[in-house]
Amino acid sequence: MKDLSGWGRYPRQIGALTTATSPDTAQTATTRGAGLIARGLGRSYGDAAIGRETTLSMTGLNRMQSFDPETCLLTTEAGVSLAEIIACFLPRGYFPTVVPGTKFVTVGGMIASDVHGKNQHNDGTFGHHVAWLTLALPNGQILRCAPEENAELFHATIGGMGLTGTILTAAFRLKPVESGWIRQTTHAAKNLAEAIALLRQTERATYTVAWIDVLARGASLGRSLILAGEHAKQDDLPGGYRQFPPVSAGRLGVPIELPGWVLNTASVSAFNALYYRRGAQKSGQTTLVPFDSYFFPLDGISNWNRIYGVRGFVQHQCVVPNENAEEVMTAILDILSSRGEGSFLAVLKCLGPGAGLMSFPRDGLTLALDLPVSEKRLALLAEIDVLVAKAGGRIYLAKDACQSRATLNAGYPNAAVFRQIRREMGCADLMASKLSERLDL
Amino acid sequence: MSNMHKPAPRVAGKRLLVVGGTSDIGRAVADAYAAKGWGIDLAARDVRGAARNAGDIQTRHGIDHVAVHPIDILDTGSFEAFIDGLGDLPDTVVCVVGMLGDQPRAQTDPDHATAIMRTNFEGPALLLEALAGRFAARGRGLIVGISSVAGDRGRASNYVYGASKAGFSAYLSGLRNRFGQTNIRIVTVKPGFVRTSMTEGMDLPGVLTATPEAVAQRILALEAGQTNVVYVLRAWRLIMGIIRSLPEPIFKRLKL
Repeated sequence: MKDLSGWGRYPRQIGALTTATSPDTAQTATTRGAGLIARGLGRSYGDAAIGRETTLSMTGLNRMQSFDPETCLLTTEAGVSLAEIIACFLPRGYFPTVVPGTKFVTVGGMIASDVHGKNQHNDGTFGHHVAWLTLALPNGQILRCAPEENAELFHATIGGMGLTGTILTAAFRLKPVESGWIRQTTHAAKNLAEAIALLRQTERATYTVAWIDVLARGASLGRSLILAGEHAKQDDLPGGYRQFPPVSAGRLGVPIELPGWVLNTASVSAFNALYYRRGAQKSGQTTLVPFDSYFFPLDGISNWNRIYGVRGFVQHQCVVPNENAEEVMTAILDILSSRGEGSFLAVLKCLGPGAGLMSFPRDGLTLALDLPVSEKRLALLAEIDVLVAKAGGRIYLAKDACQSRATLNAGYPNAAVFRQIRREMGCADLMASKLSERLDL
Repeated sequence: MSNMHKPAPRVAGKRLLVVGGTSDIGRAVADAYAAKGWGIDLAARDVRGAARNAGDIQTRHGIDHVAVHPIDILDTGSFEAFIDGLGDLPDTVVCVVGMLGDQPRAQTDPDHATAIMRTNFEGPALLLEALAGRFAARGRGLIVGISSVAGDRGRASNYVYGASKAGFSAYLSGLRNRFGQTNIRIVTVKPGFVRTSMTEGMDLPGVLTATPEAVAQRILALEAGQTNVVYVLRAWRLIMGIIRSLPEPIFKRLKL
């Protein structure tokens, strides 16, 4: 038995943990399991990677299988981490086509959450670049799923939160890059309207994302820094720059839970104001930054989730269709800033469609927040969920710890089809997480 | 664009043989050498498991040569044919084969005790003897035997394993002495506790426990140097020095 939680350390659950050491043992465990869910590196924030009865640790499935330089197709077992992939392939001139905000995630986890990155508006989600995967079902079958083979199950598995079976192996595309550096251009936006306009203007950049100061009020509501990025070519690198900067191992750490008062409205507000001013001074400028600090700014600090203290935090990410986006985001920011609820890291970005039946991304504008857990804040998030659902938006399952069934059903019109596929595949009761139980998926 | 796919610096043409290619230490050693461009031969009884590691190493490092060779360490009569089957004779061999076994069971089940002794001592010793003969004919080579701190003195908790490792350590010492004036080096590695599937579930003291990757880096470092006996974590040399120096009348009363 083990104390299990997601990266947000809320909720926590004492449960059975089984370790798979190979695709064979993972398949056996899937066959024997009841109320079982696979877990990679535990970076989903809420209760997605906690089994209803049993949690199956997949990090032992950490073998790569093959790489074809012609097609850039990499085949690996599901427990291989993105950090290992980058460490092996960036020095050879390849980078994953889509990366989320941390490299401490597994291939299986990236598929199950259909993760997106700062290039979502151009390149789609991770699932768009999966050529095929193998899936172990509770009935003992192993099925190869691809866009043209077991297609329905393939699309249900991408973004399916592990609820359609245990992903054993997958093949996905990398892309050639000339260096490990990003040419980052910063633009300051004085308010939300400007931020949205700048995000749209920078959509031609490979990567674009906005850091948003959620505590700014009044005329400054929604002030942001838009960070656009391009892979630097070799010719872009001045002398003395190593073509491929080393991959950080995350040595700096947060050894203990900080007391809850460390991150309060005043400290976050002061930090945000300082960060915005420094960014605004650089507005319009382009600088070279290593890929690690551009894509994975928090990976340099291991256990950063402890800064929120023992009660943990909830990460909340919603997407709102474009036609209502500015209005709903304004309302959300009003709620946060008027109640003095600062989010340490808040991010705004334009999204396009995801690759799977239950994928989070859709056309619209997304806002990601994290807030320390308290009754008051959970109530506040419920208020926000109502606004999002009413506008036809949805909440990201990989981050979710608290949305209601009504919000889920309103936001994910494919949920009924997804449940049907789970029944047909014999997964309905046997593959189950605390998330699927909470949301009746 | 010309040197976009510039490979990492390579050691051209060098070959490593890992005996015990499915073990966690064996995998880590092969990976560390492959990262330096060495060609890799993995020998193991579980060919499928070894092939899984071979595919991983090949994919991660894009090296030219990774091959799997079946071996049964208890089938000592097969060793010459096994070496012939390698094709090129390796430059370095690392023997990671081992079996912890179950001490209480070994006390009452002679077959189990025999399996522990043969797997840790007889098989590895005779295989390395055969390889040493080939290295002698060629005139050079590095042999690394993974023994154990448990072989430094027999203790109640694991003396069947410990005695077999003591035998292996003594054998390596003898080989080292025999080839002392030549270009054939023999190194004994005593890892101490290592976090592997062999020790999974055991409550190991952090400061005395190495990772397979740390063991692998120590072994790779042997390529340049003159080390004979390696304790992967220095504390173990001290601890075992004390345990070895305890007079027998005192030692026999201790619970170790």
